[in-house]
Amino acid sequence: MGLKRYLVTRGLTMFGVLMITLLLTISLVGSNMDTILKQGIIYQVRAEITENTTIAQGFNNPEEFEKFVQQKIDERVETLGLDTPWYSPQRLGYTMYKILILDFGNATFLTSDSGSSNVGEIIFEKMPKTVLLFTTATIIISIIGILLGAASSNKIGSKTDRITSTFAVISSSFPVWWIGMLMIFVFAFVYQIFPARATPSIEPDEPGYILALLYHMALPVITIVLIGFGAWAYLVRNFMVGIMQEDFITAKKTIGISKKKIVYSHALRNAAPPIVTILALSLSGSLGGAIITEAVFDWPGMGRLYFEAISVMDLPVIIGSTYILTVLFLVSIFIADLLYGYFDPRVRTAN
Amino acid sequence: MSSVSTHEIKKEFLKSKLGLTGVFILSGLILVSIITISVIPASTFQEWNNPEKWISYPKTSVPSWVNFLSSDKIPEHKIINPKVFQSQENGIFLTSQQFGVYFEYDDFPSDFIFEMKTKYIDSHLVQIKVIRPDGITLELLSTSLPHSDNETIHNQRYFSTDSMIKKNLNTYKNDFGFDFQVGATEIIFSELYQNQIQKGNYIFIVDIYGIEKHVEVLESKMILGGKAYGLMGTDELRRDLAIGLLWGTPLALFIGISVSIGSVVVGLIYGVYSGYKGKKTDEVMMRFNDVIYALPALPFLIILAVTISNSIFLMIGFLMIFSWVGIAKVSRSMSLQIKTRQYIEAAKIMGQKDSKIIFRHILPQLLPYAFASIAISVPAAITTEAGLSFLGLGDPSFPTWGQILHDANTYGAAAQGFWWWIVPPGILIAITGLAFVFIGNALDAIVNPKLKR
Repeated sequence: MGLKRYLVTRGLTMFGVLMITLLLTISLVGSNMDTILKQGIIYQVRAEITENTTIAQGFNNPEEFEKFVQQKIDERVETLGLDTPWYSPQRLGYTMYKILILDFGNATFLTSDSGSSNVGEIIFEKMPKTVLLFTTATIIISIIGILLGAASSNKIGSKTDRITSTFAVISSSFPVWWIGMLMIFVFAFVYQIFPARATPSIEPDEPGYILALLYHMALPVITIVLIGFGAWAYLVRNFMVGIMQEDFITAKKTIGISKKKIVYSHALRNAAPPIVTILALSLSGSLGGAIITEAVFDWPGMGRLYFEAISVMDLPVIIGSTYILTVLFLVSIFIADLLYGYFDPRVRTAN
Repeated sequence: MSSVSTHEIKKEFLKSKLGLTGVFILSGLILVSIITISVIPASTFQEWNNPEKWISYPKTSVPSWVNFLSSDKIPEHKIINPKVFQSQENGIFLTSQQFGVYFEYDDFPSDFIFEMKTKYIDSHLVQIKVIRPDGITLELLSTSLPHSDNETIHNQRYFSTDSMIKKNLNTYKNDFGFDFQVGATEIIFSELYQNQIQKGNYIFIVDIYGIEKHVEVLESKMILGGKAYGLMGTDELRRDLAIGLLWGTPLALFIGISVSIGSVVVGLIYGVYSGYKGKKTDEVMMRFNDVIYALPALPFLIILAVTISNSIFLMIGFLMIFSWVGIAKVSRSMSLQIKTRQYIEAAKIMGQKDSKIIFRHILPQLLPYAFASIAISVPAAITTEAGLSFLGLGDPSFPTWGQILHDANTYGAAAQGFWWWIVPPGILIAITGLAFVFIGNALDAIVNPKLKR
């Protein structure tokens, strides 16, 4: 009963957060959106009327003509429901409903690679690439981190341990994107090993695209791993050190099980819950960082899309990607919670 | 956790090498900030984005200390002030400006510009010549200041690319062994009959002859265009990077420290109150905490910067919104422990107000933890602000390290190999972060005995 109730509470909180995020995003960009939409309508109506010369000839003086145009514009505004402000309950409800069913409308400027301006299509074209890049990087980071962390907790105070700890502190003080710039400078221009732009130059439907994508992915992955694994190793080390002091480990030591076996099998297994939880959390954390990292490497994913949308103020894309980013973020937090609740009975029995 | 006294913390801290290193770096940064604020006038910094201010600086030139490391000396960009002599002979009033330069580089300077502001009446004749180390004098230009009947202030620039200078110099060109058209600097700075640079003392002389009166030189300088300048070089927009980097130091410290102090204070009070009150209040406050915790910070910061304002002060506020949450959680659990102690119970029974119990009895106990959290959360604030600036969302009136990197990225500094534009800002960000991490970790180790071993 405990776990179920715990999950329901967490799930409800997450849904509440999603709604609040949506509401906040809409209220931050809402007034801009209205102005842009109205300008679009005025432009559209004028274009239609000037194209059709017979309408203009039917009027005697320009004032009457202007009145006619204004009337047309007002009609259009009304049918689209733009006469009520964005914060009116019906429009707000309608916008939120549409976003909830993943109907984000059409982008103002940006298009997908296939030329569609449907926001949903654009986002779902970019998302797999972000997931690919950051999942790959996170998996590599966690493998290196766990092995290195276990190794240094095996011999506390050894050279490995000290180097790992120092590297963890130093590497996490550098911004990932700055290391990215340096990596591009060194490995794309000084030594031309990797391409500077991470967007593959061949079309997605050509053969060899996957290989090109992986080759272009190398530099960003190396950068993210380089910055990330030190902190991971340090974290794993600290968990392990805590566990190594527990009574059951001491008991195992007295039985005579070798220290190596204790570290890599008994202690590591017991450190799994917090490690898995942090794995889920760091995935969600890296999604936020994706915006800057992808901008540096020009990786064609969600982060770069978001950055491009912000720089041209493409509001439907901004709202859509904020929503999707939040959903991804919340899902990984939820998974982290779930794992934590599953592994650690103290969490669900609290209260 | 609560049994550590201030005295003990001080004693323990002085023993920690890492903590002392942090303090050492931090005091260095503070010293740099103080010197910067008092020595470099704020006006140079406010005009960071004003291209006119930087016109006499060279474009993307390497730091001048590079010359100490390489055998080939890159010509330094020099701004030379003149020595002014005035004399009078046979009713001719001569004002002579001499610009001396010791040229010791292995490449020709890219160009030179004479820039002067003069006050005069009537007509004045201008003659520019150069005396070379080998004693040869080259006539560069004879021209006149525009005639004026009234006293006038006149701004004049003479460029080495001027066609008259070129024409005058090319009459010498055969002496220098150039059989093709070359620029002015190549002729002036090369040996006779060999296409080689002549090193030594050059004196550029600008003579202004007046008939009735001396010309009054208000401002005058000669710019010898080179490819190396200053401590940190310059960027594509000719800005002196040393000034940007130096001014970035107090800004980064200000942003980092104010965000972390603000969020720690808010988080501490919020958490302690929530934990102390308990029950419904606690539940509601912690739900709200969960909501903020689950908001994706960076997308929101970007939207806030774009739609509301990118002013640095508001940005500090926005950063605080997202950084107090974790501290509130920890301080809540701490206050849950403290409130069960008997002296708190006693204070409650005595009828003391809640606010008094919180501020007098609970908060002081959390102070060591608070200081550690302040130090630990500074780097995140600095890197997040740098990240936002890097995306081009920074406050343009306060250029930070992140904005220097943004410009570097926009102008393709990595592609063109302008390492001096990319490396220093990042290192400064990291060093500043490290100083606080060191201090924070040292404090944390003292405050959290669990970490001690």
